[in-house]
Amino acid sequence: MIPEIGHFSLIVALSFAFVLATLPLIGVYKNNPAFIRLAKPAAFGQFAFMAFSFACLIYAFTVNDFSVKYVAANSNTQLPMIFKVSATWGAHEGSLLLWALILALWTLAAGFFSQSLPENLRATLLSILGMVSIGFTFFILLTSNPFERLMEIPQEGRSLNPLLQDIGLAIHPPMLYVGYVGMAVAFAFAVAVLLRGEFKMAWADWARRFTVVAWAFLTLGIALGSWWAYYELGWGGWWFWDPVENASLLPWIIATALIHSLGVTAKRGIFQSWTILLAILAFALSLLGTFLVRSGVLTSVHAFTSDPSRGVFILVFLVIVVGVSLWIYSIKAHEITKQKRFTFISKESFLLLNNVILVAMMATVLLGTIYPLILDALGLAKLSVGAPYFNTVMLPLTIPLAIMMGLGFFSQWIEDKPKRLLEKLWLPLFASLLVAFLVPLLLLPEFSGLAVLGLFMSSWIAFTALFWLLKGNHAKLVKPSMQNLGSSLAHIGFAVTLTGITITSLYSIEKDVRLDLGERYQINEYEFEFKGVSQKEVDNYLASEGLIVVYQNGTELTRLYPEKRMYLSQTMPMTEAGIDAQLSRDLFVALGERLTDTAWAVRLQYKPFVRWIWLGSILMALGGLIAITQRRHAKVKVSQAPKAKSDNSNPAKTSGQGVAQA
Amino acid sequence: MKKQLIPLGIFAALVAFLAIGLTLDPQKLPSPLIGKPAAEFDLPELYTQEPFSPSQLQGKPWILNIWASWCVSCRQEHKLLVDFSKGNQTIIVGLNYKDTPDEAKAWLKELGNPYTITVEDPQGKAGIDWGVYGVPETFVIDARGIIRHKFTGPLTKKRLREELLPLLAEFEKEAIQDEN
Repeated sequence: MIPEIGHFSLIVALSFAFVLATLPLIGVYKNNPAFIRLAKPAAFGQFAFMAFSFACLIYAFTVNDFSVKYVAANSNTQLPMIFKVSATWGAHEGSLLLWALILALWTLAAGFFSQSLPENLRATLLSILGMVSIGFTFFILLTSNPFERLMEIPQEGRSLNPLLQDIGLAIHPPMLYVGYVGMAVAFAFAVAVLLRGEFKMAWADWARRFTVVAWAFLTLGIALGSWWAYYELGWGGWWFWDPVENASLLPWIIATALIHSLGVTAKRGIFQSWTILLAILAFALSLLGTFLVRSGVLTSVHAFTSDPSRGVFILVFLVIVVGVSLWIYSIKAHEITKQKRFTFISKESFLLLNNVILVAMMATVLLGTIYPLILDALGLAKLSVGAPYFNTVMLPLTIPLAIMMGLGFFSQWIEDKPKRLLEKLWLPLFASLLVAFLVPLLLLPEFSGLAVLGLFMSSWIAFTALFWLLKGNHAKLVKPSMQNLGSSLAHIGFAVTLTGITITSLYSIEKDVRLDLGERYQINEYEFEFKGVSQKEVDNYLASEGLIVVYQNGTELTRLYPEKRMYLSQTMPMTEAGIDAQLSRDLFVALGERLTDTAWAVRLQYKPFVRWIWLGSILMALGGLIAITQRRHAKVKVSQAPKAKSDNSNPAKTSGQGVAQA
Repeated sequence: MKKQLIPLGIFAALVAFLAIGLTLDPQKLPSPLIGKPAAEFDLPELYTQEPFSPSQLQGKPWILNIWASWCVSCRQEHKLLVDFSKGNQTIIVGLNYKDTPDEAKAWLKELGNPYTITVEDPQGKAGIDWGVYGVPETFVIDARGIIRHKFTGPLTKKRLREELLPLLAEFEKEAIQDEN
């Protein structure tokens, strides 16, 4: 009975989505306030029923209701409770329901935290979100119903893929989805603005806040996925340029560009058309990612069940949503665009250049991801594009990106002088060069040009962000605003991640060795002693647990317990790495094959600074969230951008923050 | 044309490719090299360090097996290859891919050596020319030096029986025809 109620509740949510998608929009065009006012309650109803539907599915998992096909396929009685709950979104059907739920939540948030938008704009925006929701809910009901019953009820379920029985992966999809789906708000905003034919600067600030929250979650979601792959897949990599990973990176890159572009629009009232295009693009890429992952057009290490009929549905949905919005864009974009003067050396220029670089990065990743598909479609060849391509093309794009970031911080709006910039920037420049050359020379095992380059870029970003935070463009130290604090922290986070990537990529040591009982193997100052493998039985799997004692310069440092797990309901063994984590390095041990009675193949890895990759991501997300706590109606100081201010149609609303910031 | 139409145009092209992509099966991975002459390489033999290149085999059909001691599924395939080599005279060249000579030798000592010749490719240079997608991979080359078949992933008894053996039989027929 409960699954049927869940199913029914989903249909009710769909009805609310229909109300939301039609009546408020009609109200806007017929000037009917009663219809316009329906938007908020409809958004609320949609969310309530969607949440109830999702709760029904969770309930079916917790009580082991194997009469539900989706539960039978993804859970069993031996699964620990926490993984029963997370199994709800562990496979296709449930994760789509979670997606729809999160969309409903974003819609609700957009409805209730939008006092700064005119009521008509808000109603249009919510209607558009309702349309997106209709598409998704139909997709679930028609191709992927999680509440479908089985005629013959099995005694036991098939269990969740063991790779997913992990706390990291239990929270990875919700995080990622909050990010992905959050792009829908900026998208709906963009289309609503296009329909209205007017883009006020204050609205850009509203859209920026929503985009930053979505971006922060997307950042965390991607980092969690990377971290999970690192400790769970057993070969110690943290990014594989796999199509599914790329699918999450694409909207992230564009969201990053969008945040900055929205910043310029909010501050200076320019770039409107570019901002709108990025907002459409960010959501289009979220949908494209869904298509690539769910349709099975690309091979990926993420073995999602794929189904061509689902692919067709998403493709049609993609065509309607993106096609129509780009068509509206082509007609209306010129109406909202404003031109204002700025010179080549100005904050606008640097932000615009970085936007262009980010779009180029996105295009590069997108091309690499779908290149196999394009060649295949043209009947030319079947091939895959791997890490060497991505690494080769991303590096030359990262260099100007990093340089512009520093320049962007210190440059002034409208017009700046190279001489003034140099006066402001010689100190961070000098400090960065010092770090870039001294660290490889003195602290790293060998001098490498790439290490100098990587460290220069990271320290340049970090130092400029820090100097700007402490002094801005003033002579003395200033008390930073929340906005500046957050922004600076996010950029320092990026620098931290970049440092981690640089050092891990260049200085990792990886050895596959055969170790007999009591045998030792040395990497740098660490000695790994193999103490054998014992068997153990846990809840729902059997494990061969190795013991490796690690000595640092002769004294015992730690004991690592890498495992090979055999889940009762599966035939594939799973690798569980033993990791000793420190800020400056990870020691990573994974069991390979058993070679003789006492000897095993063991993979030993020394990975310097690998933690920094994820640490930086946390700082980025944190920075984003801190930045948006800044209140909009703060006192306005007038000093540096008088032109910008006089151009504002409504300065009190738009220039909420101090002057020195982006 | 209005410049605001450009995004729509790019999007339309993208959708066209995605739509065609939907009708194709990415799991099928035939090598574009099939029907092409075997790529040359010049690599040292594992034990003697003498240079070896495929042209030395001109006139004889042969099998190129790409393997590595670090590769888990190679182990599974290896037993099958050893059995096969005992009952079949076809030349098997083992290309030891991104491996160290010591580990390669230890592996062959432990599991048996099915290879007529083993060459080492520690940097994986030849692997690029041969379009290696993942280890193990096995190519079948005919007497004219043309690649006729490729196995991606480990050989199984079934693939051996249904694909490799019929192909080798075909080679024998071709050899007789060529002589006539």
